[in-house]
Amino acid sequence: MGSGIKKTGVPSREELKNIPGVPSEARLEEGPVAFIECVQEIPCNPCEEACRFDAIEVGKPITNLPKLNEEKCTGCGMCVAACPGLAIFKLHKNYTAKTSIVEFPFEYHPCPQKDDNVRCVNREGQFVVEGKVIQVKSPKKFDATVLLTVEIPREYLLEVRSIERKRCK
Amino acid sequence: MKNTQVAIIGAGPAGLAAAIEIASAGGKVTLFDENQKPGGQLFKQIHKFFGSREHKAGTRGFRIAEKLLQDTEELGVEVLLDSPVYNVFDNFTVGYINSNKEQALQAEKIILATGASENALAFPGGTLPGVMGAGAAQTMINVNRVLPGKEIIMIGSGNVGLIVSYQLMQAGADVVALVEAASGIGGYGVHAGKIRRAGVPLYTSHTVKDVVGENCVEEAVIVELDENWQQIEGTEKHIKADTICVSVGLNPLTELARLVGCDFTFIPALGGHVPEHDKNMETTVKGFYVAGDISGVEEASSAMEEGRLAGIACAESLGLYDNQKASELKQEVWTRLDTLRKGPFGQKRKDEKDKLIKLAEGGEQIG
Repeated sequence: MGSGIKKTGVPSREELKNIPGVPSEARLEEGPVAFIECVQEIPCNPCEEACRFDAIEVGKPITNLPKLNEEKCTGCGMCVAACPGLAIFKLHKNYTAKTSIVEFPFEYHPCPQKDDNVRCVNREGQFVVEGKVIQVKSPKKFDATVLLTVEIPREYLLEVRSIERKRCK
Repeated sequence: MKNTQVAIIGAGPAGLAAAIEIASAGGKVTLFDENQKPGGQLFKQIHKFFGSREHKAGTRGFRIAEKLLQDTEELGVEVLLDSPVYNVFDNFTVGYINSNKEQALQAEKIILATGASENALAFPGGTLPGVMGAGAAQTMINVNRVLPGKEIIMIGSGNVGLIVSYQLMQAGADVVALVEAASGIGGYGVHAGKIRRAGVPLYTSHTVKDVVGENCVEEAVIVELDENWQQIEGTEKHIKADTICVSVGLNPLTELARLVGCDFTFIPALGGHVPEHDKNMETTVKGFYVAGDISGVEEASSAMEEGRLAGIACAESLGLYDNQKASELKQEVWTRLDTLRKGPFGQKRKDEKDKLIKLAEGGEQIG
Protein backbone atom coordinates (compact mmCIF):
# COMPACT_ATOMS: atom_id res chain seq x y z
CA MET A 1 0.00 0.00 0.00
CA GLY A 2 3.00 2.33 0.38
CA SER A 3 3.45 4.72 3.26
CA GLY A 4 2.77 8.31 4.15
CA ILE A 5 -0.31 10.42 4.56
CA LYS A 6 -1.35 10.40 0.89
CA LYS A 7 -1.28 6.60 0.69
CA THR A 8 -2.55 5.65 4.12
CA GLY A 9 -4.00 8.68 5.87
CA VAL A 10 -1.28 8.23 8.46
CA PRO A 11 1.81 10.49 8.45
CA SER A 12 5.00 8.46 8.16
CA ARG A 13 7.90 8.77 10.59
CA GLU A 14 9.78 10.62 7.87
CA GLU A 15 6.92 13.07 7.28
CA LEU A 16 6.62 13.78 10.99
CA LYS A 17 10.34 14.43 11.22
CA ASN A 18 10.28 16.99 8.42
CA ILE A 19 7.40 19.23 9.52
CA PRO A 20 7.75 22.42 11.58
CA GLY A 21 4.93 21.60 14.00
CA VAL A 22 6.65 18.87 15.97
CA PRO A 23 8.61 19.75 19.14
CA SER A 24 12.18 18.59 19.75
CA GLU A 25 13.01 15.68 22.03
CA ALA A 26 14.53 18.12 24.50
CA ARG A 27 11.32 20.16 24.61
CA LEU A 28 9.25 17.03 25.22
CA GLU A 29 11.35 16.39 28.34
CA GLU A 30 10.59 19.84 29.73
CA GLY A 31 6.82 19.67 30.09
CA PRO A 32 3.47 19.77 28.28
CA VAL A 33 3.70 20.86 24.65
CA ALA A 34 1.66 20.88 21.44
CA PHE A 35 2.47 18.24 18.81
CA ILE A 36 1.12 19.43 15.46
CA GLU A 37 0.75 16.58 12.94
CA CYS A 38 -0.13 18.82 9.99
CA VAL A 39 1.81 17.56 6.97
CA GLN A 40 -0.18 18.79 3.96
CA GLU A 41 -0.39 22.39 2.76
CA ILE A 42 -4.11 23.07 3.06
CA PRO A 43 -5.61 26.56 3.42
CA CYS A 44 -6.19 26.64 7.15
CA ASN A 45 -4.98 28.65 10.16
CA PRO A 46 -7.29 28.45 13.22
CA CYS A 47 -4.42 26.98 15.28
CA GLU A 48 -2.44 30.21 14.84
CA GLU A 49 -5.42 32.26 16.05
CA ALA A 50 -6.16 29.96 18.95
CA CYS A 51 -2.71 30.38 20.48
CA ARG A 52 -2.55 33.24 22.99
CA PHE A 53 1.21 32.86 23.31
CA ASP A 54 2.13 33.32 19.63
CA ALA A 55 3.67 29.87 19.71
CA ILE A 56 2.13 28.80 16.39
CA GLU A 57 2.91 30.61 13.19
CA VAL A 58 1.20 29.94 9.87
CA GLY A 59 1.55 33.39 8.30
CA LYS A 60 0.74 34.00 4.66
CA PRO A 61 -0.21 32.22 2.53
CA ILE A 62 -2.34 30.26 4.99
CA THR A 63 -1.36 27.06 3.20
CA ASN A 64 1.97 27.22 5.04
CA LEU A 65 2.45 24.39 7.50
CA PRO A 66 2.04 25.55 11.11
CA LYS A 67 5.38 26.21 12.78
CA LEU A 68 5.63 25.51 16.49
CA ASN A 69 7.75 27.87 18.55
CA GLU A 70 8.42 25.35 21.29
CA GLU A 71 9.92 27.90 23.68
CA LYS A 72 6.73 29.93 23.68
CA CYS A 73 4.35 26.94 23.88
CA THR A 74 2.95 26.52 27.39
CA GLY A 75 1.07 23.31 26.59
CA CYS A 76 -2.28 24.98 27.31
CA GLY A 77 -4.00 22.84 24.65
CA MET A 78 -6.22 25.51 23.11
CA CYS A 79 -4.94 24.65 19.62
CA VAL A 80 -5.92 20.99 20.12
CA ALA A 81 -9.61 21.88 20.21
CA ALA A 82 -9.32 24.56 17.52
CA CYS A 83 -7.80 22.41 14.75
CA PRO A 84 -10.62 21.52 12.30
CA GLY A 85 -8.52 18.58 11.11
CA LEU A 86 -8.16 17.13 14.64
CA ALA A 87 -4.44 16.90 13.91
CA ILE A 88 -2.98 18.52 17.04
CA PHE A 89 -2.16 16.61 20.22
CA LYS A 90 -0.82 17.75 23.56
CA LEU A 91 1.93 15.58 25.00
CA HIS A 92 3.31 15.63 28.53
CA LYS A 93 6.14 13.14 28.64
CA ASN A 94 7.24 13.31 32.30
CA TYR A 95 3.82 13.40 33.90
CA THR A 96 4.94 10.97 36.62
CA ALA A 97 8.11 8.92 36.97
CA LYS A 98 6.67 6.23 34.69
CA THR A 99 3.73 7.73 32.86
CA SER A 100 2.98 10.33 30.23
CA ILE A 101 -0.21 12.00 29.20
CA VAL A 102 -1.66 12.49 25.74
CA GLU A 103 -4.50 14.92 25.14
CA PHE A 104 -6.55 14.62 21.96
CA PRO A 105 -9.93 15.64 20.52
CA PHE A 106 -12.76 13.12 20.70
CA GLU A 107 -16.11 13.53 18.93
CA TYR A 108 -17.91 10.20 19.37
CA HIS A 109 -20.69 8.90 21.61
CA PRO A 110 -20.50 7.51 24.19
CA CYS A 111 -17.70 9.63 25.62
CA PRO A 112 -15.65 8.10 28.45
CA GLN A 113 -15.71 9.65 31.93
CA LYS A 114 -12.88 10.73 34.19
CA ASP A 115 -11.10 7.74 35.80
CA ASP A 116 -12.35 5.29 33.14
CA ASN A 117 -9.86 2.77 31.89
CA VAL A 118 -9.69 3.00 28.10
CA ARG A 119 -8.09 1.07 25.27
CA CYS A 120 -5.61 3.38 23.58
CA VAL A 121 -4.91 3.15 19.85
CA ASN A 122 -2.22 4.38 17.45
CA ARG A 123 -2.65 6.39 14.26
CA GLU A 124 -3.82 3.25 12.42
CA GLY A 125 -6.51 2.58 15.02
CA GLN A 126 -4.67 -0.48 16.39
CA PHE A 127 -4.79 -1.24 20.11
CA VAL A 128 -1.53 -0.25 21.82
CA VAL A 129 -2.01 -0.17 25.57
CA GLU A 130 -4.55 0.44 28.33
CA GLY A 131 -4.75 3.99 29.66
CA LYS A 132 -6.70 5.99 32.18
CA VAL A 133 -8.79 9.09 31.50
CA ILE A 134 -7.65 11.80 33.88
CA GLN A 135 -9.55 14.72 32.43
CA VAL A 136 -12.55 15.32 30.14
CA LYS A 137 -12.85 18.88 28.87
CA SER A 138 -15.84 20.16 26.95
CA PRO A 139 -16.35 23.89 27.46
CA LYS A 140 -18.92 25.65 25.29
CA LYS A 141 -16.10 27.29 23.36
CA PHE A 142 -15.03 23.91 21.89
CA ASP A 143 -18.51 23.53 20.34
CA ALA A 144 -19.01 19.85 21.24
CA THR A 145 -15.43 18.75 20.59
CA VAL A 146 -14.31 16.98 23.75
CA LEU A 147 -10.67 16.95 24.82
CA LEU A 148 -9.66 13.73 26.53
CA THR A 149 -6.53 13.56 28.62
CA VAL A 150 -5.28 10.01 28.97
CA GLU A 151 -2.45 8.72 31.15
CA ILE A 152 -0.34 5.98 29.57
CA PRO A 153 2.96 4.19 30.18
CA ARG A 154 5.68 6.56 28.96
CA GLU A 155 7.10 4.33 26.23
CA TYR A 156 3.90 4.74 24.19
CA LEU A 157 3.92 8.56 24.13
CA LEU A 158 4.72 8.84 20.44
CA GLU A 159 2.31 6.08 19.45
CA VAL A 160 -0.98 6.63 21.26
CA ARG A 161 -3.22 9.11 19.44
CA SER A 162 -6.79 8.12 20.33
CA ILE A 163 -8.90 5.48 22.04
CA GLU A 164 -11.14 2.74 20.75
CA ARG A 165 -14.60 4.01 19.94
CA LYS A 166 -17.32 2.38 22.04
CA ARG A 167 -20.72 1.58 20.56
CA CYS A 168 -23.98 2.96 21.92
CA LYS A 169 -26.45 0.33 23.07
CA MET B 1 -46.66 39.98 -12.75
CA LYS B 2 -44.52 40.02 -9.60
CA ASN B 3 -41.17 41.66 -10.08
CA THR B 4 -37.75 41.89 -8.46
CA GLN B 5 -34.33 43.30 -9.27
CA VAL B 6 -32.33 40.09 -8.87
CA ALA B 7 -33.71 36.56 -8.93
CA ILE B 8 -31.36 34.00 -7.41
CA ILE B 9 -32.02 30.36 -8.12
CA GLY B 10 -30.76 28.09 -5.36
CA ALA B 11 -30.62 29.06 -1.67
CA GLY B 12 -27.44 27.20 -0.76
CA PRO B 13 -24.24 28.88 0.43
CA ALA B 14 -23.61 30.64 -2.92
CA GLY B 15 -27.20 31.86 -3.36
CA LEU B 16 -27.53 33.05 0.23
CA ALA B 17 -24.21 34.89 0.14
CA ALA B 18 -25.19 36.56 -3.16
CA ALA B 19 -28.58 37.58 -1.75
CA ILE B 20 -26.95 39.16 1.30
CA GLU B 21 -24.56 41.23 -0.86
CA ILE B 22 -27.33 42.58 -3.08
CA ALA B 23 -29.73 43.31 -0.23
CA SER B 24 -26.92 45.03 1.72
CA ALA B 25 -26.38 47.28 -1.30
CA GLY B 26 -30.07 48.18 -1.22
CA GLY B 27 -31.25 45.90 -4.02
CA LYS B 28 -34.46 43.90 -4.12
CA VAL B 29 -33.78 40.16 -4.17
CA THR B 30 -35.96 37.10 -4.61
CA LEU B 31 -34.34 33.79 -3.71
CA PHE B 32 -35.79 30.52 -5.05
CA ASP B 33 -35.25 27.00 -3.77
CA GLU B 34 -36.93 23.73 -4.67
CA ASN B 35 -36.46 22.39 -1.14
CA GLN B 36 -38.59 23.07 1.90
CA LYS B 37 -35.68 24.64 3.76
CA PRO B 38 -32.96 27.00 2.59
CA GLY B 39 -29.26 26.34 3.25
CA GLY B 40 -28.46 23.82 0.53
CA GLN B 41 -25.96 21.28 1.80
CA LEU B 42 -24.70 23.50 4.63
CA PHE B 43 -27.11 22.20 7.26
CA LYS B 44 -25.65 18.71 7.02
CA GLN B 45 -22.08 19.93 7.42
CA ILE B 46 -21.62 19.28 11.13
CA HIS B 47 -17.81 19.45 10.99
CA LYS B 48 -15.63 22.49 11.59
CA PHE B 49 -14.59 24.28 8.40
CA PHE B 50 -11.06 24.98 7.24
CA GLY B 51 -9.77 28.35 6.03
CA SER B 52 -9.08 31.44 8.09
CA ARG B 53 -11.15 33.73 10.30
CA GLU B 54 -12.70 35.58 7.35
CA HIS B 55 -13.86 32.21 5.93
CA LYS B 56 -15.35 31.34 9.34
CA ALA B 57 -12.74 28.65 9.87
CA GLY B 58 -13.25 26.48 12.93
CA THR B 59 -17.02 27.02 12.76
CA ARG B 60 -19.29 24.07 12.07
CA GLY B 61 -21.02 24.33 8.66
CA PHE B 62 -24.59 24.35 9.97
CA ARG B 63 -23.78 27.31 12.21
CA ILE B 64 -22.56 29.23 9.15
CA ALA B 65 -25.91 28.41 7.51
CA GLU B 66 -27.80 29.69 10.56
CA LYS B 67 -25.94 32.99 10.33
CA LEU B 68 -26.60 33.33 6.58
CA LEU B 69 -30.32 32.74 7.13
CA GLN B 70 -30.43 35.24 9.95
CA ASP B 71 -28.76 37.85 7.73
CA THR B 72 -31.13 37.26 4.79
CA GLU B 73 -34.08 37.59 7.16
CA GLU B 74 -32.80 40.83 8.70
CA LEU B 75 -32.18 42.28 5.26
CA GLY B 76 -35.69 41.42 4.09
CA VAL B 77 -34.73 39.05 1.28
CA GLU B 78 -37.79 37.33 -0.18
CA VAL B 79 -37.28 33.55 -0.05
CA LEU B 80 -39.60 31.31 -2.07
CA LEU B 81 -39.27 27.70 -0.88
CA ASP B 82 -40.75 24.55 -2.38
CA SER B 83 -40.50 26.50 -5.63
CA PRO B 84 -38.65 24.74 -8.45
CA VAL B 85 -37.68 27.04 -11.33
CA TYR B 86 -38.34 25.27 -14.63
CA ASN B 87 -37.25 27.92 -17.12
CA VAL B 88 -36.13 31.48 -17.57
CA PHE B 89 -37.68 33.11 -20.63
CA ASP B 90 -35.99 35.58 -22.97
CA ASN B 91 -37.08 38.71 -21.18
CA PHE B 92 -35.79 37.57 -17.76
CA THR B 93 -39.11 36.12 -16.70
CA VAL B 94 -38.57 33.32 -14.20
CA GLY B 95 -41.05 30.46 -14.57
CA TYR B 96 -41.52 28.48 -11.36
CA ILE B 97 -43.95 26.20 -9.58
CA ASN B 98 -45.36 27.16 -6.22
CA SER B 99 -48.37 25.63 -4.46
CA ASN B 100 -48.80 23.34 -7.48
CA LYS B 101 -49.29 26.33 -9.74
CA GLU B 102 -47.17 27.76 -12.51
CA GLN B 103 -46.10 31.24 -11.63
CA ALA B 104 -43.88 33.93 -13.09
CA LEU B 105 -41.61 36.64 -11.79
CA GLN B 106 -39.99 39.45 -13.74
CA ALA B 107 -36.34 40.08 -12.89
CA GLU B 108 -33.61 42.41 -14.14
CA LYS B 109 -30.66 40.12 -13.35
CA ILE B 110 -30.47 36.42 -12.60
CA ILE B 111 -27.93 34.44 -10.59
CA LEU B 112 -27.88 30.68 -11.06
CA ALA B 113 -26.65 29.02 -7.87
CA THR B 114 -28.12 25.59 -8.41
CA GLY B 115 -25.24 23.52 -7.00
CA ALA B 116 -24.23 20.04 -8.08
CA SER B 117 -25.44 16.46 -7.89
CA GLU B 118 -23.60 13.30 -6.97
CA ASN B 119 -22.02 11.14 -9.65
CA ALA B 120 -23.26 7.58 -9.96
CA LEU B 121 -21.14 4.45 -10.23
CA ALA B 122 -22.40 1.37 -12.07
CA PHE B 123 -21.72 -2.08 -10.60
CA PRO B 124 -23.71 -5.33 -10.33
CA GLY B 125 -26.11 -5.03 -7.41
CA GLY B 126 -26.03 -1.24 -7.63
CA THR B 127 -29.82 -1.04 -7.62
CA LEU B 128 -30.26 -2.97 -4.35
CA PRO B 129 -31.80 -1.02 -1.46
CA GLY B 130 -28.89 0.07 0.70
CA VAL B 131 -26.79 1.47 -2.13
CA MET B 132 -26.88 5.26 -1.95
CA GLY B 133 -24.92 8.43 -2.51
CA ALA B 134 -22.71 9.52 0.37
CA GLY B 135 -24.50 12.86 0.31
CA ALA B 136 -27.82 11.09 0.77
CA ALA B 137 -26.46 9.19 3.77
CA GLN B 138 -25.18 12.46 5.19
CA THR B 139 -28.62 14.05 4.84
CA MET B 140 -30.19 11.03 6.55
CA ILE B 141 -27.90 11.15 9.59
CA ASN B 142 -27.34 14.87 10.06
CA VAL B 143 -30.64 16.38 8.94
CA ASN B 144 -33.22 13.63 9.40
CA ARG B 145 -31.40 11.73 12.13
CA VAL B 146 -31.95 8.34 10.58
CA LEU B 147 -29.08 5.84 10.41
CA PRO B 148 -29.02 4.28 6.91
CA GLY B 149 -27.29 1.15 8.14
CA LYS B 150 -24.95 -0.35 10.72
CA GLU B 151 -22.12 -1.68 8.57
CA ILE B 152 -21.12 0.68 5.82
CA ILE B 153 -18.73 0.49 2.90
CA MET B 154 -17.65 3.88 1.55
CA ILE B 155 -16.57 4.02 -2.07
CA GLY B 156 -14.35 7.00 -2.84
CA SER B 157 -11.85 8.82 -0.65
CA GLY B 158 -12.38 12.44 -1.63
CA ASN B 159 -13.26 14.83 1.16
CA VAL B 160 -16.96 13.90 0.90
CA GLY B 161 -16.21 10.19 1.34
CA LEU B 162 -13.83 10.84 4.22
CA ILE B 163 -16.05 13.33 6.06
CA VAL B 164 -19.22 11.28 5.64
CA SER B 165 -17.39 8.15 6.86
CA TYR B 166 -16.42 10.03 10.02
CA GLN B 167 -19.94 11.35 10.52
CA LEU B 168 -21.51 7.92 10.00
CA MET B 169 -19.37 6.68 12.89
CA GLN B 170 -20.36 9.71 14.96
CA ALA B 171 -23.97 8.75 14.24
CA GLY B 172 -23.32 5.23 15.54
CA ALA B 173 -22.60 3.14 12.45
CA ASP B 174 -19.42 1.21 11.64
CA VAL B 175 -17.51 1.92 8.45
CA VAL B 176 -16.17 -1.52 7.54
CA ALA B 177 -14.17 -0.46 4.47
CA LEU B 178 -13.08 2.63 2.60
CA VAL B 179 -12.56 1.67 -1.03
CA GLU B 180 -10.57 3.87 -3.42
CA ALA B 181 -9.72 3.07 -7.04
CA ALA B 182 -6.69 5.36 -7.14
CA SER B 183 -3.45 4.41 -5.42
CA GLY B 184 -3.73 7.28 -2.93
CA ILE B 185 -6.31 9.12 -0.88
CA GLY B 186 -8.20 11.85 -2.74
CA GLY B 187 -9.13 14.19 0.10
CA TYR B 188 -7.26 15.84 2.94
CA GLY B 189 -4.92 13.59 4.88
CA VAL B 190 -6.25 14.91 8.19
CA HIS B 191 -9.79 13.73 7.32
CA ALA B 192 -8.36 10.32 6.43
CA GLY B 193 -6.33 10.35 9.65
CA LYS B 194 -9.47 10.70 11.77
CA ILE B 195 -11.10 7.63 10.31
CA ARG B 196 -7.87 5.62 10.35
CA ARG B 197 -7.55 6.30 14.10
CA ALA B 198 -11.09 4.97 14.41
CA GLY B 199 -9.85 1.76 12.77
CA VAL B 200 -11.48 2.01 9.34
CA PRO B 201 -9.71 -0.36 6.92
CA LEU B 202 -8.50 1.40 3.77
CA TYR B 203 -8.39 -0.34 0.40
CA THR B 204 -6.61 1.84 -2.17
CA SER B 205 -6.29 0.52 -5.76
CA HIS B 206 -9.55 -1.35 -5.19
CA THR B 207 -13.03 -1.12 -6.63
CA VAL B 208 -16.37 -2.72 -5.96
CA LYS B 209 -16.93 -5.70 -8.24
CA ASP B 210 -20.28 -6.91 -7.04
CA VAL B 211 -22.86 -6.19 -4.38
CA VAL B 212 -24.87 -9.17 -3.28
CA GLY B 213 -28.12 -9.53 -1.35
CA GLU B 214 -31.58 -11.05 -1.53
CA ASN B 215 -33.72 -7.96 -0.99
CA CYS B 216 -31.12 -5.51 0.20
CA VAL B 217 -27.35 -5.18 0.48
CA GLU B 218 -25.80 -8.08 2.42
CA GLU B 219 -22.25 -8.25 1.14
CA ALA B 220 -19.85 -6.54 -1.23
CA VAL B 221 -17.08 -8.09 -3.26
CA ILE B 222 -14.16 -5.74 -3.77
CA VAL B 223 -11.23 -6.38 -6.05
CA GLU B 224 -7.77 -4.96 -6.52
CA LEU B 225 -6.91 -2.85 -9.60
CA ASP B 226 -3.65 -2.87 -11.53
CA GLU B 227 -1.94 0.31 -12.73
CA ASN B 228 -4.19 0.32 -15.81
CA TRP B 229 -7.29 0.29 -13.58
CA GLN B 230 -8.06 -3.31 -14.59
CA GLN B 231 -9.40 -5.78 -12.03
CA ILE B 232 -6.84 -8.35 -10.91
CA GLU B 233 -8.48 -11.76 -10.88
CA GLY B 234 -8.09 -13.72 -7.69
CA THR B 235 -7.79 -10.65 -5.44
CA GLU B 236 -11.50 -10.55 -4.55
CA LYS B 237 -12.44 -9.93 -0.92
CA HIS B 238 -15.91 -10.46 0.50
CA ILE B 239 -17.02 -7.85 3.03
CA LYS B 240 -20.26 -8.09 4.99
CA ALA B 241 -22.18 -4.81 4.88
CA ASP B 242 -25.73 -3.49 4.84
CA THR B 243 -25.04 -0.16 3.15
CA ILE B 244 -22.82 0.98 0.28
CA CYS B 245 -22.17 4.72 0.06
CA VAL B 246 -20.93 6.08 -3.23
CA SER B 247 -18.83 9.24 -3.21
CA VAL B 248 -17.16 9.45 -6.59
CA GLY B 249 -17.43 13.16 -7.26
CA LEU B 250 -20.11 15.64 -8.18
CA ASN B 251 -21.27 17.27 -11.38
CA PRO B 252 -22.64 20.80 -11.78
CA LEU B 253 -26.43 21.21 -12.11
CA THR B 254 -26.43 23.29 -15.27
CA GLU B 255 -29.84 22.71 -16.91
CA LEU B 256 -31.00 26.31 -16.57
CA ALA B 257 -27.71 27.66 -17.91
CA ARG B 258 -28.18 25.37 -20.93
CA LEU B 259 -31.77 26.53 -21.41
CA VAL B 260 -30.81 30.18 -21.55
CA GLY B 261 -27.99 29.45 -24.01
CA CYS B 262 -24.81 30.01 -21.99
CA ASP B 263 -21.57 28.88 -23.65
CA PHE B 264 -20.08 25.82 -21.97
CA THR B 265 -16.70 24.21 -21.76
CA PHE B 266 -15.62 20.78 -20.50
CA ILE B 267 -13.25 20.82 -17.52
CA PRO B 268 -13.03 17.45 -15.72
CA ALA B 269 -11.29 18.96 -12.68
CA LEU B 270 -14.34 21.19 -12.13
CA GLY B 271 -16.86 18.37 -12.47
CA GLY B 272 -17.48 18.28 -16.22
CA HIS B 273 -19.43 20.69 -18.45
CA VAL B 274 -19.47 24.14 -16.89
CA PRO B 275 -20.80 27.49 -18.10
CA GLU B 276 -18.04 29.95 -19.00
CA HIS B 277 -18.00 33.04 -16.80
CA ASP B 278 -15.91 36.17 -16.39
CA LYS B 279 -14.36 37.69 -13.25
CA ASN B 280 -17.78 39.08 -12.31
CA MET B 281 -19.25 35.54 -12.47
CA GLU B 282 -21.31 36.71 -15.47
CA THR B 283 -21.91 34.08 -18.16
CA THR B 284 -21.79 34.62 -21.90
CA VAL B 285 -25.49 35.54 -21.71
CA LYS B 286 -25.52 39.10 -20.42
CA GLY B 287 -27.37 39.54 -17.12
CA PHE B 288 -27.00 35.87 -16.17
CA TYR B 289 -24.51 35.08 -13.44
CA VAL B 290 -23.37 31.80 -11.89
CA ALA B 291 -21.94 31.06 -8.43
CA GLY B 292 -20.98 28.00 -6.45
CA ASP B 293 -20.79 24.43 -7.71
CA ILE B 294 -22.69 25.17 -10.96
CA SER B 295 -19.61 27.08 -12.09
CA GLY B 296 -17.22 24.28 -11.10
CA VAL B 297 -17.41 21.92 -8.16
CA GLU B 298 -15.42 23.15 -5.15
CA GLU B 299 -16.57 23.45 -1.55
CA ALA B 300 -18.89 25.63 0.53
CA SER B 301 -16.37 28.32 1.49
CA SER B 302 -15.49 29.02 -2.16
CA ALA B 303 -19.19 28.87 -3.07
CA MET B 304 -19.96 31.63 -0.58
CA GLU B 305 -17.14 33.80 -1.95
CA GLU B 306 -18.35 33.28 -5.53
CA GLY B 307 -21.87 34.19 -4.40
CA ARG B 308 -20.52 37.41 -2.91
CA LEU B 309 -18.71 38.21 -6.17
CA ALA B 310 -21.82 37.65 -8.26
CA GLY B 311 -23.86 39.69 -5.77
CA ILE B 312 -21.48 42.65 -5.82
CA ALA B 313 -21.27 42.53 -9.63
CA CYS B 314 -25.09 42.50 -9.91
CA ALA B 315 -25.37 45.41 -7.51
CA GLU B 316 -22.80 47.30 -9.56
CA SER B 317 -24.58 46.70 -12.85
CA LEU B 318 -27.85 47.86 -11.27
CA GLY B 319 -26.16 51.10 -10.26
CA LEU B 320 -26.28 50.31 -6.53
CA TYR B 321 -22.50 50.66 -6.25
CA ASP B 322 -20.23 52.94 -8.26
CA ASN B 323 -17.36 51.30 -10.12
CA GLN B 324 -14.73 52.19 -7.57
CA LYS B 325 -16.66 50.86 -4.59
CA ALA B 326 -17.57 47.69 -6.46
CA SER B 327 -14.02 47.10 -7.57
CA GLU B 328 -12.74 47.48 -3.98
CA LEU B 329 -15.32 45.03 -2.68
CA LYS B 330 -14.63 42.52 -5.44
CA GLN B 331 -10.88 42.72 -4.83
CA GLU B 332 -11.42 41.79 -1.16
CA VAL B 333 -13.42 38.72 -2.23
CA TRP B 334 -10.83 37.72 -4.84
CA THR B 335 -8.09 37.87 -2.23
CA ARG B 336 -10.03 35.49 0.05
CA LEU B 337 -10.97 33.23 -2.87
CA ASP B 338 -7.38 32.99 -4.09
CA THR B 339 -6.33 32.00 -0.57
CA LEU B 340 -8.74 29.05 -0.66
CA ARG B 341 -7.36 27.97 -4.04
CA LYS B 342 -3.75 27.64 -2.93
CA GLY B 343 -1.64 24.63 -2.06
CA PRO B 344 -1.51 21.15 -3.60
CA PHE B 345 -5.29 20.72 -3.34
CA GLY B 346 -6.38 24.19 -4.49
CA GLN B 347 -3.91 25.18 -7.19
CA LYS B 348 -5.38 22.85 -9.83
CA ARG B 349 -8.83 24.35 -9.29
CA LYS B 350 -7.38 27.85 -9.51
CA ASP B 351 -5.66 27.05 -12.81
CA GLU B 352 -8.86 25.57 -14.26
CA LYS B 353 -11.01 28.47 -13.05
CA ASP B 354 -8.54 30.89 -14.64
CA LYS B 355 -8.95 29.04 -17.96
CA LEU B 356 -12.73 29.27 -17.65
CA ILE B 357 -12.57 33.02 -17.04
CA LYS B 358 -10.16 33.52 -19.95
CA LEU B 359 -12.60 31.74 -22.28
CA ALA B 360 -15.53 33.93 -21.28
CA GLU B 361 -13.43 37.07 -21.58
CA GLY B 362 -12.58 36.12 -25.16
CA GLY B 363 -9.06 34.86 -24.52
CA GLU B 364 -7.42 32.01 -26.33
CA GLN B 365 -9.40 28.82 -26.79
CA ILE B 366 -8.42 25.67 -24.95
CA GLY B 367 -8.99 21.99 -25.62
